[in-house]
Amino acid sequence: MRPDQEIIQRWIEPDSRVLDLGCGDGSLLANLKLTKKVKGTGLEIDSDKIQTCVERGLNVIEQNLDAGLWNFQTDSFDTVLLAQTLQALSHPDQLIDEMLRVGRRGIVTFPNFGNWKSRVYLSSKGRMPVSKFMPHAWYDTPNIHFCTVRDFDALCKEKNIRILERTVVDLKHEGSLSMRLLPNLLGEIAIYHIARS
Amino acid sequence: MPNDTTQLDATQTPTADAAIEAPESKDAPDSVGIVTPVSYHFDEPLLLRSGKTLLAYDLMVETYGELNAARSNAILICHALSGDHHAAGYHSATDSKPGWWDSAIGPGKAIDTTKFFVVALNNLGGCAGSTGPTSINPDTGKPYGPDFPVVTVRDWVKSQLQLMDRLAIKKWAAVVGGSLGGMQVQRWAISYPDRVANAVCIASAPKLSAQNIAFNEVARYSITSDPNFHAGRYLEHNTYPKQGLMLARMVGHITYLSDSAMRAKFGNAGSQLENTTRGNLGRDLRSGTLSFGLNVDFEVESYLHYQGERFSSNFDANSYLLMTKALDYFDPSVDYGNDLSKAFAGGDCKFLLVSFSTDWRFPPERSRELVETLLKAGREVTYLEVEADQGHDAFLMPIPRYINAMRGFLDNAYKELVNDAS
Repeated sequence: MRPDQEIIQRWIEPDSRVLDLGCGDGSLLANLKLTKKVKGTGLEIDSDKIQTCVERGLNVIEQNLDAGLWNFQTDSFDTVLLAQTLQALSHPDQLIDEMLRVGRRGIVTFPNFGNWKSRVYLSSKGRMPVSKFMPHAWYDTPNIHFCTVRDFDALCKEKNIRILERTVVDLKHEGSLSMRLLPNLLGEIAIYHIARS
Repeated sequence: MPNDTTQLDATQTPTADAAIEAPESKDAPDSVGIVTPVSYHFDEPLLLRSGKTLLAYDLMVETYGELNAARSNAILICHALSGDHHAAGYHSATDSKPGWWDSAIGPGKAIDTTKFFVVALNNLGGCAGSTGPTSINPDTGKPYGPDFPVVTVRDWVKSQLQLMDRLAIKKWAAVVGGSLGGMQVQRWAISYPDRVANAVCIASAPKLSAQNIAFNEVARYSITSDPNFHAGRYLEHNTYPKQGLMLARMVGHITYLSDSAMRAKFGNAGSQLENTTRGNLGRDLRSGTLSFGLNVDFEVESYLHYQGERFSSNFDANSYLLMTKALDYFDPSVDYGNDLSKAFAGGDCKFLLVSFSTDWRFPPERSRELVETLLKAGREVTYLEVEADQGHDAFLMPIPRYINAMRGFLDNAYKELVNDAS
């Protein structure tokens, strides 16, 4: 299992209800179902990934996150996950609100644009960073709302959202002491466990 | 609502005999082959939603595959408006056309008859062998005609439960249906939640909208205003409301297709052009020129005439009226203070819902309503919104995304019942 998934799994209570926004091929949900016996549902728009979820026996709903979570009742899930999808949303702030309406807690992971590599790329080349990690040209990218660890901290503060836990890892999804000390500079992927205040 | 797999068959020209279809498919390894329907007689009175009672009735049934020793691998197929028990295979070696859902049912197909025992029946009020308006009314010795009681989706499911008990099946591995069939699937999950493990509800809705009821009323009015209708006693006059049925079917047919499907189907002349079907908007001419008269000029006209003609000679008008009423009346929320989620609160069957992008008779938003309701009820739901050009008819077509999802879903249903047994 990927270390970030291992971190997420630690935060999920056994037998709880989990909603995975942008669940992909359902590997995380399948794992949580196996190890934590969660009652899970995933939202996805990629038809091949939806098919994989169906074949895995997962509940998956074809739904665009930009349309919101209007069809989900308040407090109908214990945890709502948003893994590596925040930056691709039209209104990430609104979806965060929705996550914490539908679920008691939320888990958000995103690529940290404040990482030193992005900073160096932008300051030295003067162009939007393109890398293996962020492979898209600026005009043709699904990632329209990049943010940094500090940006997300500020958003949580503004929205009065409690950060239960925050951790950053590198692209191998591994953490280190230096990353813990300088998360916005060294962290490549940020992982937040959040809740309503 | 239609149960007619030939509707979008490109080889089907209005004048063509249906026999042009390849007969060798009967021997195909993924066909259930030759099947024989069986009639089951029920003596237990069936109290109907209307308050009337059917004292005795027959159900015409076809089954495919083998029931396992635990009797746990049965799937019920619920048909739509004009469907019947003949869902797959052929009735004879000379049969030109397979059952209405042959694309989905068979060895190795999405509803895999090597794994499942598949049960399909003709619903009460139908005209393919189950008790309906063309059956003899024991009170009068004449066909029921208009005296056949109005049957609802709830009544059908009640009769399907009797059949289930007769077959000694405790729990359906899945109940599957599209359109009006999907309404029966919903009713199963509501009325008999302990008897269903999985529910597959395709291109359906929690209830009809006014527009949908309006289309049905046009169909009904065209039938009842035909001079040969004779207040529903046309059989006693040795006739039937052919024109009315034709018109009803023609209107219905237009609503089952999408604009894009019709452009594609009747726009072959345009396909010579670079910009394929957009070239002539489906305006292919029958004879290449306009007649400047009230003749059939366009292919689409002749197609509608053919479909209406074929349907009117195969389907009973009173049955058609009953089926459309069952559609209109369906609204399980009425027993639950108009909160459908309460109706689905009991039971633990899993749902698969599918809708099709160009279906304007049962559009995706109606399936989304159902998804929302089921989520509110805390039920396990999978939902797909499939891009398809064929309009409402798409649910009868072997559209890969849809068929693969149904296969994947039912494969898991099968795994579960195998696991339960071990």
